[in-house]
Amino acid sequence: MGKIVIDPITRIEGHLKIEVIVDDGEVKEARSSGTLFRGLELILKGRDPRDAQRITQRICGVCPTGHAMASTLNLDSAFGVDGKIPENGRIIRNLILGSNYLQSHILHFYHLAALDYVDVTAVAGYEGSDPGLNSVKRFIERGELGPFVPRYEGDYRLSPETNRQAVAHYLQALDIRRKAHEMLALFGGKMPHNVGIVPGGVTEVPTVDKIAAFLWRLNEIRSFIDTVYIPDVIAVATAYADHFQIGRGCGRFLSYGVFDLDGSETNLVKRKRLLPSGTVAADDLQPKDLEPAKIHEEVRHSWYADSSSGRHPSQGETSPQLGKDGAYSWLKSPRYDGQVHEVGPLARMLVAYVRGNETAKSLVDGALSALEAPVTALFSALGRHAARALETKLVADAMAGWVLQLKPGEPVYAEYELPDEAEGMGLTEAARGALGHWISIKDGRIANYQCVVPTTWNASPRDDRDQPGPIEQALQGTKVKDESNPFEVVRVVRSFDPCLACAVHLITPKGRSLGEFRVS
Amino acid sequence: MAKTQERPVIWLQAAGCSGCSVSVLNSVSPKIQNVLVDEVVPGQHVSLRFHPTVMAGSGEMTLEVIEETKQQSAGAYFLVVEGAVPTASGGGYGTLGERGDRELTIAEQVEDLGRKAAAVIALGTCAAFGGIPAGKPNPTGCVSVKAFFDSKGVATPVINVPGCPPHPDWFVGALASVLLTGLPKPGDLDALLRPKAFYGPLVHEHCPRRAYFDEGKFAKKLSDPGCLLELGCKGPVTHADCSLRLWNGGVNWCIGVGSPCHGCVEPGFPDVLAPLYEKLDEATLANIGASPEKGG
Repeated sequence: MGKIVIDPITRIEGHLKIEVIVDDGEVKEARSSGTLFRGLELILKGRDPRDAQRITQRICGVCPTGHAMASTLNLDSAFGVDGKIPENGRIIRNLILGSNYLQSHILHFYHLAALDYVDVTAVAGYEGSDPGLNSVKRFIERGELGPFVPRYEGDYRLSPETNRQAVAHYLQALDIRRKAHEMLALFGGKMPHNVGIVPGGVTEVPTVDKIAAFLWRLNEIRSFIDTVYIPDVIAVATAYADHFQIGRGCGRFLSYGVFDLDGSETNLVKRKRLLPSGTVAADDLQPKDLEPAKIHEEVRHSWYADSSSGRHPSQGETSPQLGKDGAYSWLKSPRYDGQVHEVGPLARMLVAYVRGNETAKSLVDGALSALEAPVTALFSALGRHAARALETKLVADAMAGWVLQLKPGEPVYAEYELPDEAEGMGLTEAARGALGHWISIKDGRIANYQCVVPTTWNASPRDDRDQPGPIEQALQGTKVKDESNPFEVVRVVRSFDPCLACAVHLITPKGRSLGEFRVS
Repeated sequence: MAKTQERPVIWLQAAGCSGCSVSVLNSVSPKIQNVLVDEVVPGQHVSLRFHPTVMAGSGEMTLEVIEETKQQSAGAYFLVVEGAVPTASGGGYGTLGERGDRELTIAEQVEDLGRKAAAVIALGTCAAFGGIPAGKPNPTGCVSVKAFFDSKGVATPVINVPGCPPHPDWFVGALASVLLTGLPKPGDLDALLRPKAFYGPLVHEHCPRRAYFDEGKFAKKLSDPGCLLELGCKGPVTHADCSLRLWNGGVNWCIGVGSPCHGCVEPGFPDVLAPLYEKLDEATLANIGASPEKGG
C-alpha cells in the first residue's frame, strides 16, 4: 500500500493538495486539503453591508460574478428590495453572470483540463500554415518548454492531427474567453471584479450600441461553442471513453437554481429560473424541492471547534482549533439533509433534466446518443465535462434572447433604505456550483457573514458520520495505472473544476503521519 | 540569427484570489498566447517556468522546476508575486508544496526566491500593498511584498503593479520595460514603487464625467447621470490611467457603467477608502485642491 501526495494540484483555482492511498493499483482512500486561508468572512465583520458585494467578489478572481450575484441577492433580501428589481436590472444581471459562465467553462475545458488529455508537443511535426501552430512549433524548437513541460507522461491518446487541432483550439479559446470578458465589461464595467451588479439592480441604463456590441460578441462565442467546444469534448470523450467509468462520486446532486426569469418572487427557491433549484439522486432520478433550512456544515474532521458543528449557515461560526484530533482539513463539510451532495454543472443539468426542462433534455439526450452512452455515463469525470459543455450552450443560447429583451433608456435600479437590523440570504449558482451567502446586520453594520461555496461542497472532508466528501468518494476505486504518473487522479479532481480560494477557510502546518512514499 | 534569449519567470500565487492571473489572460497586445510562446520583445522570450493556474505539471515535479530555476538562473530570473504574504503563525496560513516531511510556507518561498531574483513584480494590490486579505482585522498577518522584504533584509528591486485586479497592460508594460531597457531608473517609479507611466494621473483628472463635477451636477442614486462623488467615487484620490486606457480590450471601465471608482490601486484599499459607496470626506478632498461646492 502506498500513498501518492500531489501538492500543488495545478490548473485549478487556488491551493489544493490531494493525498490518495493506493493498493494494488486502486485508490482505497482519498483526502483533499486546501493550503491557504485569508479569512474574508472575518474581514467583512463591522463593515458597511454594501461593501460585502465588492469584497466577496475578491474571494475568487475566476468566478467573482457568482459572488457578486450571491452577495447582491443576499443584500437585496436584507434591504427589502428583493422583488422590486426592474426588468432591465434583472436581465443585465443575468447577462453579466452568464458571460462569466461562458468564460469560466471555456477556460476550464481548454486551459485547465485539456493539458491532461492533449499533447502540446505533437505540434513539433506540424507542416501547415496556421500562424498560431507555427508559433508553438518555433516555441518547441527553442527548447524551453515551460509552462507546458514537465507534466505527467504516458497517457496521451489523441492522434497527431487531432492533437494539433486541439492545440489550435487551445489558442483560439484564449481569444474567445477574453471576448467573453469584454462582453461582460459592456454592462459590468470591467472583469475580473465587475462593478455593475449592485443591490437594487445594476448601475447603468442600457443603450442600443451596447446591446448590439454584446449580441455580436455573443454570436461569435456561440459559434465557437457549437463548432469547436462541443465537438472537442466529444472527440476527447471518444478517445478516453473509459473515463466515463471513473470518478462517479456520491450520486446525490444539488442545485440552488440560477438566472432569474422572474423579478417579483422574493422566495429564491420558488423564483422561476432558467436552471431550476432542487436535488436529485443518481439511483432514482426523481427531482425533489430544495429546502434551504436543511443545509448545514459539519466540522468533526475539520480544524474547527466541535461546538460549531451542524450549524445552518445563517448561524455559522468559524472557530479554528489548530491540531484538533481526527481533523485533516480546513474545509468544513456542508451537507444537505445530512447527506453528501455534489454541486456544479452536472448537478444543474441533471436537476433541469429530471424536472423536464426541454432544452436540457434535448441537449443531454443528444450528446448521450452521439456518444452511444447511457444516462449513467454522466456520473463520471467525462460526464462532468460533457455537462459543462452542454450547459455552456444552453446558457449562451438563452442569453441571445435576453439581450434583445432589454429596453434602452428604461430603469435598471430600485432605491432602498439601509436597515439597522436585518437578516439576508442569497442563493445562486457560480459556474462551479451552488453558492450561498448569508448576512446578519446589526447597528447598520455587518455582524456576521457566511459563504458556503461550491468547492466546500465538492472538496469537503469526511463529516460527523465519517461520510467522505464528493471528490474523496469520486477518487475511491479509481484505478491508477502508473503511480508515478497519476493521470487518473488529477483528471477526476479537475473534472470538478475546484476553486480553493473560495472553499478554504483556514490552513495550518500539520504533522504528517501516513507517508510511505511520495510521487510528483 | 542570434539565439533567442530566454528570460525565466516564476509566478507565485500568495494570499490572493487569482484575479490578477485572470486579468493578465485578458491582455490584447500582446495576447496571452504571444506572451507564452512568442518573443515578447525582439530576441527575448519569457519562459514562464512556474505558474499554478497555467502549467501542465502537478506536484513535486513543479517544485523541482522552481529549485532548478533558482540554482541555474540565480540573479537572472524574474519573480512575479500575486497576492499578499501571510506572516502570522509562522506563515502557516499559506503553504505551497513540501520539502522532506515539512510543508513549505509561501512566505519562505517568496523570501528565498525573491532574494535570488533579478527583480520582483508585486502584481496586484494585495502584493503591492496588502489589499483585501490585509483588511481589518488582517487575520493572517498579510503584508505587501516590499514590506515583507524589508523585514527580511531582502534588497532585490521591487516594482509594484497594483490594481484589484491590475490592468493587463500595466503588467505587460512593466515586464516589457524591464526587458527593453532594464530595471527602472530613478524617477521611473513613484514613491509607492508604481511605474509613473501608468499610475501618474488621477482618475478624476481625465474622467469623462469631470464636466459634471465642475458644474456641480452630482448623481443622487446609482444609474443616474452626473458626477459620482456623492455615491462614493474615489477618483479624486486614485492614481491610475483607467479613464484613458479603459478595460477589457478598451470596451469599458468602472465609471463607464456608472459605478464609482473604488480606488483599488491605492494602498488605502479597502480600509481607508471604505465605506466604498460613501462620499470621500472633505479633509481628503482638500488635499487635491478641489471641492464639489466650489467646483474643480
